[in-house]
Amino acid sequence: MSFRVDHEIHKRRLGRNVGVALVLVSFIAIVFGLTVVKVTRGDYEPENARIVN
Amino acid sequence: MSDVSINTQADTTRADTGEAGFGDYFALLKPRVMSLVVFTAAVGLLAAPGSVHPFVAFCAILFIAVGGGASGALNMWWDADIDKVMKRTQSRPIPAGKVEPGEAMAIGVALSGFSVVMLGLAANWVAAGLLAFTIFFYVVIYTMWLKRWTPQNIVIGGAAGAFPPMIGWAVVTGGISVESVLMFTLTFMWTPPHFWALCLFMKSDYKDAGVPMLHVTHGRRVTRNHILVYTLLLAVVAIGMAFTGVGGPIYLVTALILNGLFVAGAVSIWRRDEEISESDGYKRERAFFALSLLYLFLHFGAILAEATLAPYGIGGW
Repeated sequence: MSFRVDHEIHKRRLGRNVGVALVLVSFIAIVFGLTVVKVTRGDYEPENARIVN
Repeated sequence: MSDVSINTQADTTRADTGEAGFGDYFALLKPRVMSLVVFTAAVGLLAAPGSVHPFVAFCAILFIAVGGGASGALNMWWDADIDKVMKRTQSRPIPAGKVEPGEAMAIGVALSGFSVVMLGLAANWVAAGLLAFTIFFYVVIYTMWLKRWTPQNIVIGGAAGAFPPMIGWAVVTGGISVESVLMFTLTFMWTPPHFWALCLFMKSDYKDAGVPMLHVTHGRRVTRNHILVYTLLLAVVAIGMAFTGVGGPIYLVTALILNGLFVAGAVSIWRRDEEISESDGYKRERAFFALSLLYLFLHFGAILAEATLAPYGIGGW
């Protein structure tokens, strides 16, 4: 149990930490999304990668 | 630290604590300017021939916005001394003591690099190169060099704010074309009358800060003359755009109405002198400034409408 009184600084610091966390999570989501889009569209497929039967 | 010590600091301001909130860092990115960047870049992207995946388009606009924000942070870092003097900018995070100048610089540099690399990876390197040049132009050419050196600062420096639609266009096409250059020209020509109108009713802000704006170095009469000349040149560009690939009947009607109003406003400002303006609190100048915001928004909105309606046979010629 904490006896520390919540100060305005703590709220501000929490807001900043949550903000940074959300930015980082969004960045991960963006990189993941871009990877899915690029890979499914074959952007990174070498030109000689076609399977010839 | 005891609870007592915390409570005794309850009245300390953010400036004393050095603890900036997330919103203070976000304010460094000039959100209002960023909204203009987002909108014009989105129009450039949507009006361009061809298409990109919606998620790539979303990411591209996001990275362009981040790049614009980064240049805003670097601008605030460099201009912290004059921002402190000018009433309009005194509440910005650095002069208000909420964010350290070094922090602003670090955020600006980091986000600049991040946005350019990510745009290159998400879209293409032509768009990324244009974004890098935009940041360089705004920070080095405008902020560090022109702004405190020449009264033509806003004319040349306005180019920085005009690049976003070109970048959006390059995201789709991977290049530059007449249409994207025309969209650049529209914002480029719009910036001087828009900003000089603001200068007329901002009174002594720039003079106090020692920034050689046109009205400070050449007087308000010359500024009024310049507003009229640039507005007339802008009208030619804006109406002429109606007959290009991004124009059409919707754009033509919008441009004719808006440019008619804008030229009338500029003539009205030109015919007034300081005595008349001061007597009514710069009413016409303020109205002209407000109209200038609507002017740019509706021109790009009309370009967007043409591009959006074209597949249904309504937009375009």
